[in-house]
Amino acid sequence: MTSVLDVVGVVKTYELEGLEVRALDGVDMAVHEGEMLAIMGPSGSGKSTLMHIIGLLDRPTTGTVTIEDQDVSNMSANELATVRNRRIGFVFQSFNLLARTTAMANVELPLVYAGVAASDRTKRASEALERVGLGDRLKHMPNQLSGGQQQRVAIARALVTAPSIVLADEPTGNLDSRSGVEVMDILQGLNREGITVVLVTHDDRVARHAQRIVHIRDGRIISEEQVEKRVDARAELEALRSGAVPEHVENVWVNGNSGVRPDSDDGAAR
Amino acid sequence: MNFVESFRIALRALNANKVRSALTMLGVIIGVAAVILLVAIGSGVQRDITGSIEGLGSNLLFALPGDFSEGGGPGGGGADIRKRFKMEDAETLRRRLPAGTVVVPVIQGQATLKYGNRTFRASVTGGNDQGDQVFNSTYNTGRHYNRGEYVSGERVLVLGDGPRQELFGGQNAVGRELTVNGQRFKVIGSIEAQGGSLTGDQDNAVYMPATTAQRLFGTSDLSSIILKAPEAEDVKAMKPQIEKILRPRFGDEFTVFTQEETLGLLTQILGTLTVMLAGIAGISLLVGGIGIMNIMLVSVSERTREIGIRKAVGARTYDIMSQFVIEAVVLSVTGGLVGIAIGWLGALALQSVVPTEITWWAVVIAFFFSAAVGVFFGVYPAWRASRLDPITALRYE
Ligand SMILES: Nc1ncnc2c1ncn2[C@@H]1O[C@H](COP(=O)(O)OP(=O)(O)OP(=O)(O)O)[C@@H](O)[C@H]1O
Ligand SMILES: [Mg+2]
Repeated sequence: MTSVLDVVGVVKTYELEGLEVRALDGVDMAVHEGEMLAIMGPSGSGKSTLMHIIGLLDRPTTGTVTIEDQDVSNMSANELATVRNRRIGFVFQSFNLLARTTAMANVELPLVYAGVAASDRTKRASEALERVGLGDRLKHMPNQLSGGQQQRVAIARALVTAPSIVLADEPTGNLDSRSGVEVMDILQGLNREGITVVLVTHDDRVARHAQRIVHIRDGRIISEEQVEKRVDARAELEALRSGAVPEHVENVWVNGNSGVRPDSDDGAAR
Repeated sequence: MNFVESFRIALRALNANKVRSALTMLGVIIGVAAVILLVAIGSGVQRDITGSIEGLGSNLLFALPGDFSEGGGPGGGGADIRKRFKMEDAETLRRRLPAGTVVVPVIQGQATLKYGNRTFRASVTGGNDQGDQVFNSTYNTGRHYNRGEYVSGERVLVLGDGPRQELFGGQNAVGRELTVNGQRFKVIGSIEAQGGSLTGDQDNAVYMPATTAQRLFGTSDLSSIILKAPEAEDVKAMKPQIEKILRPRFGDEFTVFTQEETLGLLTQILGTLTVMLAGIAGISLLVGGIGIMNIMLVSVSERTREIGIRKAVGARTYDIMSQFVIEAVVLSVTGGLVGIAIGWLGALALQSVVPTEITWWAVVIAFFFSAAVGVFFGVYPAWRASRLDPITALRYE
């Protein structure tokens, strides 16, 4: 299998009041083309740090990152910006939408920097928003949208440039269970179309939407597993819609980190 | 990304943050408008006063009783007047100065004019038949009093525009009779309006022969003597001549000013006024600038996060910088133009109260200072943020 993303010996240290914090302590990882990969680990294990580095939002202290056979270690800030713009879609745990800016304008943003003409932009942005089920919310400001809707706007923004990789850092972390399933459905859909998806979660059930899970602890990869029984978000959604919550789904929600039933609305998982 | 696109992004960002944009602009507007307005008042007043003195002609000399040499000038209040000029002093001057020199004995005071049932409090200026050559006045009808009327002290009167409007409703008053402090006077001329002037009540003045005025006020004193040299070049030489003539009788207790000295003194005082106003204006500019700075710095964390988001989705340093420069320039220039408009209109509106004159350097300085402050504080934090890693910018607090 060819890999789209190679991480070799990545170390990231932070200096905090003279104390060295090793957020990443020598990570080697390959992301295969077209796969859906979940990174799991306890809080503070370095998941976000790793995501930021492979998303080219941050630079490793040592080690190399290669994207589609291109070593990005020595790229200038502007070159990195171009790679982020063309190849990578990043979905943040905390949405990171531009405030007081419509969903449409937020989704258009990467296209603006890609130099896409205005008319084409509008078309592609509204398609992306339709794709995530927000075709009727184009003119809404982030503060007029629910958390789940904001996350979907963020996903639309990540996919609008047709990137080869979508990186999602706890995309369901701030959402109730139903919105979480919707987001996972979108990500699985993207993956079916051949886009490589990497997501971070500390929810085992969310992780099992992926094909492969990498476990990380204290800045090191400790194990990896192939998911045997992949969860299909579309089936989950069907079940939620019909109201018949399958036994195993309910059990998982109750036993999972969130501890929230899928039908409870205030269940912002965390 | 091209310039048009940067411009659109900047406008969109300004539109998305209306309150911040408005407050920033307000800082520029206040600074610019205040400077323009205050400097306009300062230079307007200056122009007005110097203008009305220059209007008298540049070959004038003024002899005043009292020693002003240490008192700070006329109106300085330092002079202690013990001895006043008499008609004889004017006559002596006329006799001993070169032929062609105009010597006008001047007496000034206040009097109540009455015509029918209307009254008017006017300032009376008495002179001689050559007074029209030294008083800043243009006749619109009638004439100045003549030698005969002066010598015999006839009760004839020339009206300024104020009393003519008040007493005669702006009608031609020549030939009419009115009373001044109860005595009957005949109007023989009237003078054009001078317009709002800080030099005071020229429009409220009435002119009459000094002999008549002395009788009216019951005095044999003169207020001053105004002299006009035949040529402007003669003024310098004439001053010591006058002093020599007056010294035997007055010692040091009189002062002779040339037109130029008076003007110089006034210009100095008025210059101080303008500088003072400019100082106040400068403070407004500073306050406006600090306002801009505040708004910009307060929004730094929000803007830094915005920059983080933009960089995360692919904005290059150039994209960020062009957006912020355009934003800051648009705000500053718009604010500056609005400030100029407000300052200008304000200066025009104030013209009925106080003379104003728009000064181009005030406009330029105010505009560029405010714009520079606006652009600097808009761009500098953005420049710093644009050099951060996207993730650092996103985490900024
Ligand atoms: N900017 C920073 N400065 C100093 N230390 C940092 C910084 N960012 C992260 N760290 C440290 O690096 C470690 C890993 O952080 P990271 O955010 O990657 O954890 P995480 O696995 O994403 O946790 P969570 O599940 O809570 O999001 C933590 O110990 C954290 O304190
Ligand atoms: Mg994290």
